[in-house]
Amino acid sequence: MNLNELTAHELLDLIKEKKTSTAEVSQAVVKKIQATDGRIHAFVRTPAIPVSANSGAYSIPIAIKDNLCIAGEEVTCCSQILKGFRPPYDATVINKLKASGVVPLGTTNMDEFAFGSSTENSCYGPTRNPWNLDCVPGGSSGGSAAAVAAHEAIWALGSDTGGSIRQPAAFCGVVGVKPTYGRVSRYGLIAFASSLDQIGPITKDVTDAALLLKIIAGYDEMDSTSANVAVPDYLQALKNDVQGLKIGIPKEFFVDGMDAEVKESMSAVIAVLEKKGAKFIEMSLPHTEYSVATYYIVATAEASSNLARYDGVQYGIRRHPSQARRTPMIDMFEETRDQGFGREAKRRIMLGTYCLSSGYYDAYYLRGQKVRTLIKQDFDQAFKEIDAIIAPTSPTTAFRLGEKTNDPLSMYLSDIYTISANLSGIPAISLPCGFSKTGMPIGLQVMTKPFAEETMFRVAYTYEQNTEWHKRKVNL
Amino acid sequence: MSTTVEKQFETVIGLEVHLQFHTKTKIFCGCANDFGRDPNSHTCPVCLGLPGTLPVLNKVALQYAVKVGLALNCKINPYIKFDRKNYYYPDLPKGYQISQYDLPIAQHGFLMIPTESGPKKIGIFRAHMEEDAGKLIHDGQTQSSLVDYNRTGTPLLEIVSDPDLRSPQEAYDYLQTLKLILQYLDVSDCDMEKGSLRCDANVSLRRCGEKEFGTKAEVKNMNSFRAVKAALEYEELRQSKMILSGERVVQETRLWSEEKGMTFSMRSKEEAHDYRYFPEPDLVPFTLTEKNIDDVRRTLPELPQEKFQRLQSQYEISAYDTQIIIQDPALAAFLEECVAVGGVAVKKVCNWIIGPLQQETNTRKVKFDQLKLAPKNLMDLISKVEGGVVSNLVGKDILKMILDSGKTAEQIIQENGLAQVSDDGTLDKVIDEIISQSDSVVQQIKEGKESALGFLVGQVMKKTQGKANPKKAGELIRRRLSP
Repeated sequence: MNLNELTAHELLDLIKEKKTSTAEVSQAVVKKIQATDGRIHAFVRTPAIPVSANSGAYSIPIAIKDNLCIAGEEVTCCSQILKGFRPPYDATVINKLKASGVVPLGTTNMDEFAFGSSTENSCYGPTRNPWNLDCVPGGSSGGSAAAVAAHEAIWALGSDTGGSIRQPAAFCGVVGVKPTYGRVSRYGLIAFASSLDQIGPITKDVTDAALLLKIIAGYDEMDSTSANVAVPDYLQALKNDVQGLKIGIPKEFFVDGMDAEVKESMSAVIAVLEKKGAKFIEMSLPHTEYSVATYYIVATAEASSNLARYDGVQYGIRRHPSQARRTPMIDMFEETRDQGFGREAKRRIMLGTYCLSSGYYDAYYLRGQKVRTLIKQDFDQAFKEIDAIIAPTSPTTAFRLGEKTNDPLSMYLSDIYTISANLSGIPAISLPCGFSKTGMPIGLQVMTKPFAEETMFRVAYTYEQNTEWHKRKVNL
Repeated sequence: MSTTVEKQFETVIGLEVHLQFHTKTKIFCGCANDFGRDPNSHTCPVCLGLPGTLPVLNKVALQYAVKVGLALNCKINPYIKFDRKNYYYPDLPKGYQISQYDLPIAQHGFLMIPTESGPKKIGIFRAHMEEDAGKLIHDGQTQSSLVDYNRTGTPLLEIVSDPDLRSPQEAYDYLQTLKLILQYLDVSDCDMEKGSLRCDANVSLRRCGEKEFGTKAEVKNMNSFRAVKAALEYEELRQSKMILSGERVVQETRLWSEEKGMTFSMRSKEEAHDYRYFPEPDLVPFTLTEKNIDDVRRTLPELPQEKFQRLQSQYEISAYDTQIIIQDPALAAFLEECVAVGGVAVKKVCNWIIGPLQQETNTRKVKFDQLKLAPKNLMDLISKVEGGVVSNLVGKDILKMILDSGKTAEQIIQENGLAQVSDDGTLDKVIDEIISQSDSVVQQIKEGKESALGFLVGQVMKKTQGKANPKKAGELIRRRLSP
């Protein structure tokens, strides 16, 4: 067994028993990256030499999405416009990782500014799905998910604004967690949509996800949207038992457009969990049909403002047009942004700007916020009766590269099951629950009420312990 | 004001004051809120708006805003919410300014300004918190612009008056009144030259008796209250001329030029920005409790208006003196400390504070509270002058020495032998000597020429290096020469 194919908790046990070391693990990971990442392209930046052993309770190397700031290291959100930007500070999650001995080892590919569901919108080119190199890994944290699936990383961090951790985790057959909004500090996460973004783990199993979330979670005085709520020991929540838990199945999620294989796998999931004592209840989230529209208003509005700072003044690239058009200053702003942003970024900036414009604000942004409140209320209501909700992570398995690049709307619809959790702020996990006939992974999503990650982990862990899907390995 | 304006038009003015709070740190980060330092030395990833950083509200800035709101008789909005104002400019590092849009911290207040026909109530429309932008420095030599972000993130309160002001003079008085209140609250340096207080004016004219407002111009770039007044007077004239000649006043922003004494069109509002305000998602709204607001209310000092009334009735000093005294809260506090020491009539203390002491602060170019002067020390000095130990003139010199050395009046008199010579024996000797040398003058006095007496007293003063008690000397000479 190669070290890089083990989980973090397995490796930590081995290190404790002195059977291996952090340095050996790092070497195994770097070797694997060198061997296979030419085909996967999960990483956009890899360290030249393996990191030396370091102290700390959890000294396992980790892959980091290219939108998290590490002091002194280039970070670009896979956008031309940020090329060369080296933040002088660590993101809070990076601080926490370092304090726990977890070493950042390489930066992973993503859709530019996390705009996308396929990792095709990267200025560095696309990442490929390790299960089938013709397929996308999902997105936007496609690099992190592919790296973990390909054993080029033991574990990874991603960010999730509308499904950007869970959907690629599902497509790549790994575990991904979108924590409760406010559970993890966003300080140092380059913003896409501030009210939706959360950083979370992408791992090989539920135990590693619980461990990693425990490390990165907690209140941060640098982020006033982070919640001052104590962080429980999520490892304690990992019980192979769901006796007495009431689990909801939202009828609005099981509609046309869902793959038959995905639907079948859900039936199998229910059977497994029922056997372990869960009680399933069909329930309703009546405003689900508005979630995609609401999301693309709120998220693009915030993004249009968050991306305004990329103007060529302080950092990143600066461009001037060959011929003067207006004032030198405005010319510089325009040319920098024109050359710096990719197509999808421009599309979303325009959408968001439109939604916030005077005369349209009430019809779009304000209405979107109201619908968002209704969606949140659906969940609040539901969680009065039930402990968790299950659903597929994505209506389909990973699609082919280029299949949806010219059809943004169908691309946006691949987020249909994940978006609600961001709009309502609740935690959600995706874990493997089967494979299609063509051998592509299928993801199961478990959602709970805010700050009930323990229940979420318990359901996920129970399912995992009673199935073998997470043990299936990519053959590269 | 021109007569045409006076007769036919009514001037309508509303003022927007941007106030920089002198908090220790900036509004959304921990950087020192300090001026005059090397460019970009007071910056951090947060106020530079570097990707990934987040704002955190400075609670002191919030308290200051509540304090000002309460002092201006405003209703405080307990729901604290910020919004983003989106626009591009190189001095705005995030591409948006964090401000308050639909829910300003304070609304619906007022303040009273003095006018010829008595106090007038001027409405405060709203006051909202926001962050200041950086500064662009244009380098003519290299034809380039440089940005200094030190000012970025300085806490600002924008105080918007209702359009209740009816003349440039009222606008001037409003600013004076407002500034004094703000100084009492100790929330800002209120220094227009340094930019810690900035003022934009909206001004329009309407025919007398008309209800509708005319089209307004927004005037910017005034660097003093006097300039605000001058710019408004210019606008009154410009707009009235336009209306009288049948032209339409256009809504626009105009810049005041101090050298030319004129305003110039900057941009018309037609091409105004769409700021695309929306709630700032990086700052979670929260609610101030009744207790939070009351806690701030308890920190409010006695405000100028209240102080004026109390001082006047409590100490029976003139309105004129009181007005001067309340211009500086430190001055008023000092007066009251002196009165507490006692021993001298309040009126006399007042005279000393307004007179010699103010003069000293002026010549020393310091603020009053920077003077080293214990109230007891001044009171002892005044007592000595009043008791005839030293003359008024010498008293002023002693005051200077007290301020220089911090010594007591008594010490200085002792060390420099400044006590007036009043004992008959010593003075008699001097007078003898002078009389014997001044035959002709003595003759004149004997002939009844009173003014000649002054000359002899002067000689005595000269001989005693100013230490003789002139009143006493006069009496002695008169007694000697009387038949």
